Parts: sequence; structure tokens; C-alpha cells
Amino acid sequence: MEKKEFTITVFTENQIGLLNRIAIIFSRRKINVESLNTSPTEVESVHRFTIVISETEDVVKKLCRQIEKQVEVLKAYYNNGDEIVWQELALYKVSTDAIAEKVKVERLLRENGARVVAIRKDYTVFETTGQREETDGLLKVLEPYGLIEFVRSARVAIIKGSSDFHERLKEFEYQEPGEDVIENEFLDKNEEVFAM
Amino acid sequence: MQTLTLQQRRQTKKNTTTKSGSLAVLDALVAEEVTTVFGYPGGAIMPIYDALYDYSDKLKHILTRHEQGSIHAAQGYARTSGNTGVVFATSGPGATNLVTGLADAMIDSTPVVCITGQVFAQLLGTDAFQETDIINITTPVTKWNYQITDATEIPSVLAKAFYIAKSGRPGPVLIDITKNAQLQEFEYAGYKKCNHIRSYRPTPIVRKEYVEAAAKLINEAQRPFVIFGQGVILGKAEKEFKAFIEKAGIPAAWTIMGMSAIPTDHPLGVGMLGMHGNYGPNLLTNQCDVLIAVGMRFDDRVTGRLDKYAKQAKVIHLDIDPAEIDKNVKTTIPVWGDCKETLPMLTKLVENKTHTQWLQKFADCATKEKEKVIAQELSPVSEILSMGEVIELVNELTKGEAVIVTDVGQHQMVACRYAKFNQSKSNITSGGLGTMGFALPAAIGAKYGAPQRTVVAVIGDGGFQMTLQELGTIMQFDIDIKILILNNQFLGMVRQWQELFHQRRYSFTDITSPDFVQLARAYRIEGKTVSKRENLKAALNTMLNHKGSYLLEVMVGKENNVFPMVPQGKGVAEIVLSKDEI
Repeated sequence: MEKKEFTITVFTENQIGLLNRIAIIFSRRKINVESLNTSPTEVESVHRFTIVISETEDVVKKLCRQIEKQVEVLKAYYNNGDEIVWQELALYKVSTDAIAEKVKVERLLRENGARVVAIRKDYTVFETTGQREETDGLLKVLEPYGLIEFVRSARVAIIKGSSDFHERLKEFEYQEPGEDVIENEFLDKNEEVFAM
Repeated sequence: MQTLTLQQRRQTKKNTTTKSGSLAVLDALVAEEVTTVFGYPGGAIMPIYDALYDYSDKLKHILTRHEQGSIHAAQGYARTSGNTGVVFATSGPGATNLVTGLADAMIDSTPVVCITGQVFAQLLGTDAFQETDIINITTPVTKWNYQITDATEIPSVLAKAFYIAKSGRPGPVLIDITKNAQLQEFEYAGYKKCNHIRSYRPTPIVRKEYVEAAAKLINEAQRPFVIFGQGVILGKAEKEFKAFIEKAGIPAAWTIMGMSAIPTDHPLGVGMLGMHGNYGPNLLTNQCDVLIAVGMRFDDRVTGRLDKYAKQAKVIHLDIDPAEIDKNVKTTIPVWGDCKETLPMLTKLVENKTHTQWLQKFADCATKEKEKVIAQELSPVSEILSMGEVIELVNELTKGEAVIVTDVGQHQMVACRYAKFNQSKSNITSGGLGTMGFALPAAIGAKYGAPQRTVVAVIGDGGFQMTLQELGTIMQFDIDIKILILNNQFLGMVRQWQELFHQRRYSFTDITSPDFVQLARAYRIEGKTVSKRENLKAALNTMLNHKGSYLLEVMVGKENNVFPMVPQGKGVAEIVLSKDEI
């Protein structure tokens, strides 16, 4: 079987340490995670991981079963590129002078579907959202004008075949509310407490 | 957070309804019907040990000589009793010493709850004295782990810990409790057992259509073959399993972990699978037409080369863990679920059959193995003792009623090949991880888990020296264990491989041992060494009839090999019966 790019979507509890539990499923097998996004879902206490890896479907299927086996994982899905709609967000910081002098900014924004998110005397920050070739496209355009900094987010993806995810998540939360995460509250109290 | 003095805490205990985190821990154990804890104290777990001082009527604490000993003992306890083993250890080195045992319990699906002390919450991440990040260290080797920094979490987290360790496919759980949380007084609302976690499905829903499809396949089969693992024991489904194979008349072979789920002399029991398993079960795996795997995980030591494994057969796989289906061997029909539930469903649908000709093939293989291997092993021509004849005598003298705990290596393979068992939960060994040093501490736990039974720990001269400090535990708590050291003066299994595959280049497998009998005597354990056949039976008899622990060292052949063998990288049908065939 051929290695292909797969996007793994995981719904989980919001729990400290779970990121590591999921990450080591890949690292244990020496699989490189190309992109990983984790964020709260629309439902309180449920988090969503979007993980991109290149592997054979057989391996990806097994990985998903191992992920789902974790106590705090609600569900794991995997999809190939045709089964999802996905986007990445990119930010570009360039010198305001260079850009104002040499570039037709309006055209650049229009052609690359970009927005300006900050303008300062010394720098300007552009933003674009799209797939890799689109974010790379703007990078190529801006590079000659003295790119100062560039950052790209992890992929987020919507599964085409997810007909009732939202409803199911809402219903689930309604029936079985999640638990709060309890964090360490004592880290800055070292001097107030006697300890040995 | 409030840190109170010991006196203040005792005062609080008397006057109010609040409780310290430490007491909440012990109350949780009592509520979970824990009677025995294996552990070792240290700085970060002292509040729990302080509370334990007043709990000695409810909780027995066994002080081992090393934390690895604690967790192996807890494993042994879990395996003979069917209950969850409990371990206490301190932070830092105390906690890291548990790692081998956690990995062992993880791969062999043993329910264990470890409670480790941790530095004060405000010191986390400061490289404090005896601080290690035990949560992240143990993440890959625990089914679940959690750090408590606030005592209010203790009741609910411990309830979850016990539920997770025992339910579904069991496994080890580690709960790390910072010292401030152990000391903290909090409003205690009582302990409630956990029986549901919304993101956790311990037992998959049984799909009836798959059970039906499996039954159809079994009914049509000419040469069906059952292979079973520890799932049958963990699922407490020994009866259901027996009913199934007996109705369908299917020969059944066990994995090392499944051994003793049915009596070893059951007419349909055809022996052990695996690299040093029996000839027939390995060879005929590649001749069956339907392979029915029950509660086993197709370990590479069972399958040999996967591309030469049962390619002709349709595979039915019954397992509680969906991640096991198709993991190593492609399944024709997956039957996920608890085998306690799925086996009776299957039994109802399968036809009453006998497969006389097919069974005869196993019998023929057994005859061949007997001639070529077993005869020499059990009645050697040479004067030098073999491991097999020792085990055979143990069978005779214990009548198959003993718990046999084995370490790892040649003696383990020989013991598992030749031991006879009449009842379940009798073969305690480190199967998946192959942890040398497992047997002595595991035997301690095994005895607490099954106090009425004779526990024989069969150990090699190498493995014994890895955890022999537990003789101190045996001495202090007056534990009755029969320690049987099979001494071949080598790290035998590695030596065997060096002989067979590395041109007899015996690189560092020649191991010198102390005088084991004198050593035992230093721990006030009686013992004896035997090297002559005429003295062996009497010596074993003395050991078994001795009141209390006894150590018997048997000097066996230095360069004996374990056969049959499926050489690494070969298929199961390429099993060899002797050195000449390699």
C-alpha cells in the first residue's frame, strides 16, 4: 500500500496530559506528525484534534484504533484529502516602507485573497487563509520585499460526510456534561508555604 | 493551601467532618475492598504512610525491598486473585522503579493501581528533591494516569482509577498525589465507586450478525482450530470457553498467558503455541481451515513470520479490545466483546461435532514431539539433570494443584511446556515483556492472592539475582513460597541463541552465582542444592512439605536447549524439533 496524506480528527475530553498520550502513539512508531491543531469545539469541555500524517491507510486505521482506545478519547476519524475541506492560516510580516514603495498592495491583496491585519510605521502584517499552495503563493510574492517573519497555522478540516456532528455533540454534552480541568493552583505560592 | 502540623491534623480529624487527603486515599482503598498493599515509603508519600499507621486492621501493607518488587508482587496478586493489585511508592526514584512493572502489567493486561507520592504542588517543575515527571514517564506504560494536586479530587480520581484498571481490557493505572494534597484537609463527601466514564467504552457492543457469521464459518469448517489467550481468564470465562470447545469439538491451544484457563490434560487441549510451544499447535496452525482466536493478541512469539502465518485459514477473532482486531493478523470475522458474553452466544449457534481425523493429526504430532523431544527431556540418558524432569516431578508431587510462577528464559519455557494445571489462574509469568526478575516478587503477591495454594517460584540463576533482595520481604512477613532455582550457570536462553545463531560465541552469558543456599540462610530461609537424580525427588518433597519458605537449587545441564523452536524470522510451520534441523 502506498503512503498518502491523511487527516485524523479526534474528539476528546479537555484533559491535561492527553496531548502527550495522543502524540506518543505517533512517535512510538516513528511517524512524523506534519501538522497538529487542537482547540475547543463548539461544545463545552470537548476538544478537537486535527492531525495530518502521511502513511498507508492500513497504518492510519490502526493508529485511529489506538487513539480511540485512550480513556479520554471520544472518537477518532481518518479521512483522505477528497473527503475533507481544509484550510491553513498564514501571517506575513513585511517592512511597511518596502511594501508601500514597490508593491501595488491592492492588487496583491486581491490576487492572493489576503487581508491586512496590522499596519505600523515599520511593519505591516498580511493574513491569508487557504491550502498550502495558496499560502506559499503569497510567501513567494512577498519574499523579494524583505519578509521579516512568517508563520503558518496547523490545518483545520471539516469532514464532508459529517452530517450531524454538531447535533450529536450537543446532545451528548446535554446528556453527559463534562468535568472541569483542575490545574495546579500552587505554582506561584512557593514562598507562602513551608514544604520539605 | 494550608499545611498543618501533625498535631493540628490529628485534632482536626477528631473535631470536624473534614478529612485529610491521605485518609481519603485509604478510605478509597477500603471502599474498593482492597486488603493488601505492596509498597515502599519515602519522603513524598509520608502523609499516606502516616495515615496507614492507624489502618493496619483494615489494610495489610507488605514492605518489599525495592519498588519493582512491590509492583511485581501486586501483579502476582492480581493474577492469582482476579482482583486489582495496589502499590504505594514515593516520588522520584520510588516512582521510576515502578516503570518496568508498569510496562509488564500493560503488555500483559494486569489490573494494578499505583499510588505515588509527589513533591508539593508549588515545587512541580523546579527540579525539587526527588521530583520526577512520573506522569509523562509512565504515559506509554499505563492505561491511564493522573496527577492530583488538590485533595478534593482524591475520591473521584481513585474511583476512576479502580474502574479503569479493572474494566474492559485491564491494565495498570498510576495516580500521582502531591504531598500538599495528601496533607490537605477538605470537606469529605464520601466515596462513590465509578462505573461509567463518558469517553470510555470498556466493553464494545456485541454485534450479533458477526457472532452468527462466525458460527456459520465454524459449522462449515473441516479443520477448525481454537487458539486462546489470557482474555479467557481475565473475562472469567473459563466455563464458557470449555463449553464452547466441547460442543464444537474443536482442538484448542493456549498462549503462555492463556495457559491454565482449561486443565492442561483436557482432551481437546493440544498444548502451547509459540516459539517454544508444542509441535502440533504450531505446525497445524498452517493447516487449519478456520482459526478461532479467543482473547489473544497474535504476539510475534506466537505467529512467527506473519506472511507465513495461517494464510490458508479464515480467521475469527474474539476480543474485548477493538484495537487488537486486524492489528497483526487480518480477521475474516471480528467478534468484539467480552468473551464471557460472546462465547455462550457462539456455543448456542455451533453444531455438536467431533473432528476425529483432525484431532488425530494433533495426536500424531504429539507422538512425534514425544519421541524426538519430550522423551529425552523428561527421561534423559545422561546423568546430568534436565529442567523438564524437575518440572515433571513437581507435577507429580503437587498433582497439578500448585500455582507456578516463572521468571524469564529457558526455565520459563520448559516450565510452561511441561507444567500441569488443574485450575485457572495457576500459571503466573511475564509473557509479553519478558521481565527477568519477575518471579520472586510476583510469587510473593501470588501467595497473598491465593493464600490456600502452594506457590512454586521457578527461577533461573540469572533472573533470581535481579530481584533476590525480596528474600528479605519473604523473611519479614514469613511468606510461604517454594523457590526452585534451575541453575545452568548460564544466561541460558541467550546462550542457546548464541549457540544456534551466533556460532557459539558465548558473549557474556556465562554468569557466576553466589551460594544460593547460604544466601537464603542469611535470610533465615532453609534450602538445599541438589545435582543428582537419585536425590531430586526427595529434595522436591522436602521443599514442598516444608513449613514456610524453602529454596531448592537444582543444578541442571549447562548447555541444554529448549526445543521445539520456531526460529526467529521463520513461519510457524517451519518449527524444528532439534538442533540438526536448523
